[in-house]
Amino acid sequence: MSTTTERVRLAAAAVAVLLAGCAASQRNDASVIAPATTYDFGRPATPIELARFFSPLPDGRGLPKGSGTVAQGKRLYEAQCLACHGDNLQGGLGDRLIGGRGTLVNGDPTKAPVKTVESYWPYATTLFDYIKRAMPLTAPDSLSDDEVYALCAYILSRADVIAADATMDARSLAAVRMPNRDGFIPDPRPENFPPVSQTQHRK
Amino acid sequence: MSSHHDTQDGPGSPPRDARRRFIGRGLGLAGAAASLPFAARAAAPPGAVERPVPADPAKVPGYPLEDESYGARSQFETEVRQRYKTATPLSSWTFTPLQDSLGIVTPSGLFFERSHAGTAVIDPRRHTLFVHGLVARPRKYAMRDLKRFPSISRLLFLECSGNGLTEWSKPTMPTVQGTHGLTSTAEWTGVPLSTILNEVGVRSNAKWLLAEGDDAAAMTRSIPIEKAMKDCILAYGQNGEALRPEQGYPLRLLVPGYEGNMNIKWLRRLEISDAPFMTREETSKYTDIRPDGKAVQFSFEMEAKSVITAPSGGMSIEPGFHEITGIAWSGRGTIRRVDVSVDGGSTWREAALQQPALPICHTRFRIPWQWDGRGTPVLQSRCVDDTGYVQPTLGQIIALRGLNGPIGSVYHLNAIQSWQVASDGKVTNVHHY
Repeated sequence: MSTTTERVRLAAAAVAVLLAGCAASQRNDASVIAPATTYDFGRPATPIELARFFSPLPDGRGLPKGSGTVAQGKRLYEAQCLACHGDNLQGGLGDRLIGGRGTLVNGDPTKAPVKTVESYWPYATTLFDYIKRAMPLTAPDSLSDDEVYALCAYILSRADVIAADATMDARSLAAVRMPNRDGFIPDPRPENFPPVSQTQHRK
Repeated sequence: MSSHHDTQDGPGSPPRDARRRFIGRGLGLAGAAASLPFAARAAAPPGAVERPVPADPAKVPGYPLEDESYGARSQFETEVRQRYKTATPLSSWTFTPLQDSLGIVTPSGLFFERSHAGTAVIDPRRHTLFVHGLVARPRKYAMRDLKRFPSISRLLFLECSGNGLTEWSKPTMPTVQGTHGLTSTAEWTGVPLSTILNEVGVRSNAKWLLAEGDDAAAMTRSIPIEKAMKDCILAYGQNGEALRPEQGYPLRLLVPGYEGNMNIKWLRRLEISDAPFMTREETSKYTDIRPDGKAVQFSFEMEAKSVITAPSGGMSIEPGFHEITGIAWSGRGTIRRVDVSVDGGSTWREAALQQPALPICHTRFRIPWQWDGRGTPVLQSRCVDDTGYVQPTLGQIIALRGLNGPIGSVYHLNAIQSWQVASDGKVTNVHHY
């Protein structure tokens, strides 16, 4: 690399000598000398600084310590979530959280599939991540890790995904198999559309 | 004009007697304005300042130039972004008024918005970007650090993947602002993301990059590392100045050609990983469910699309000459051709493309049209990009993806749009495919 840099520098100097008549253009030519491969701006990020961030992966890496039960989650839900998500988790200002299994297969143009945590979400770790970072709407990132585990436990229990006496922690949450785990496929686009003549028409 | 020679009047100053008249008139108007009710004084449209309008602007001096100012638009220009009435204005979106758009650049004040927990207010002196995960050297960057790196500028469109979501089953929104207003173009300036990734030393097992916002949603999306290295930009500039707050001030990610929500605003963190994080926004939202119950995930690219912006829904036209104009764009490349039909797709004519036609950027098209006032013409545009992709009809899309419920697949509707001109000249949004 240094040889290349040296060549560029020599070439730039040669160009400067050949073409430049004045000091100003020599300064300009000096600027074309190859830049450093790293600039080293900014500062190292320390583990302490990074500790405030969390981003669990579906296999559980990145989930914090702590735990919570369904019963703890029920109390928290009623205090923190019920106003927007409903006393039966049926939704309101916030999304519906449970129900909807069996509605995703749906060719009915008048009836929408019911997409909930129970029917649609493929990973339980996403539930922890989203509640922790974004809920409640007016006080995001205000719940402790134990509280978030408890809310995950309550919602997953009400969704009949885990038992009513379950405890959620990093290990058990990552082990939850969501009903729609296999419901996602890769992007098939660009698609090969049929000719317009072979499609339905509306005028 | 004897005062022309008066040394007290320098070049550019009004003659003394005229100035006296101006002052008198100004005072009188100030008095009149003070007596007006507040509502009348606040009548200027958003972004404009209400000023008195002289009968003849050539007979009186205009308003003086300010020593320090930030320009406002004319008080006679009224187009505004319009919000879709979601349950809460914290998670909502606003549409760009494309019907009034000129050229390809969207004014920053009219650039569409989509935010999931309101618009964050961030002091750039306290803002930090962290880059960590599968890297040799985790680092943090203040805004002043990022601005030291070699920068680039690029004109790019951004489109929300939900643009047009109301239009699957039936024509719903009356104007092009509602049907297509979640796309805008700006010139963005910032640091190539590849520069920063080279700085931190991405490990060989890295496959994905998580981008996280510093808003109350802490919005997150996973992006393939190949895309991050290819052409993503850490942008701090928009149309020649700093980003607008609603566009992510002081720093946003640009993922050229990919769906809008991946262009994380208020960017605070990049975490490199060997797997996608499966965040809420890439599992429960922004996935495209089909009638067989399976949902397409990681549908990144915004495919080729075009729309006629004038004449368009809500307008009224008279017989005679009209320039049909609109915009076309493709997340996969450059628009190569736009055809326009005035008979609902039976026959097509090639429109002129305003040059330069840039990749992943709005491209303006135009074609002259003489309406004889007869019949009820259906106006359509159809674009082709440089991959050879031809913008489909809604019928073609539904043939492959189906209509799953009254909303349909929700995202990634890029079908040919139809505007019908009634015999009285009124233009409406119709389905014609």
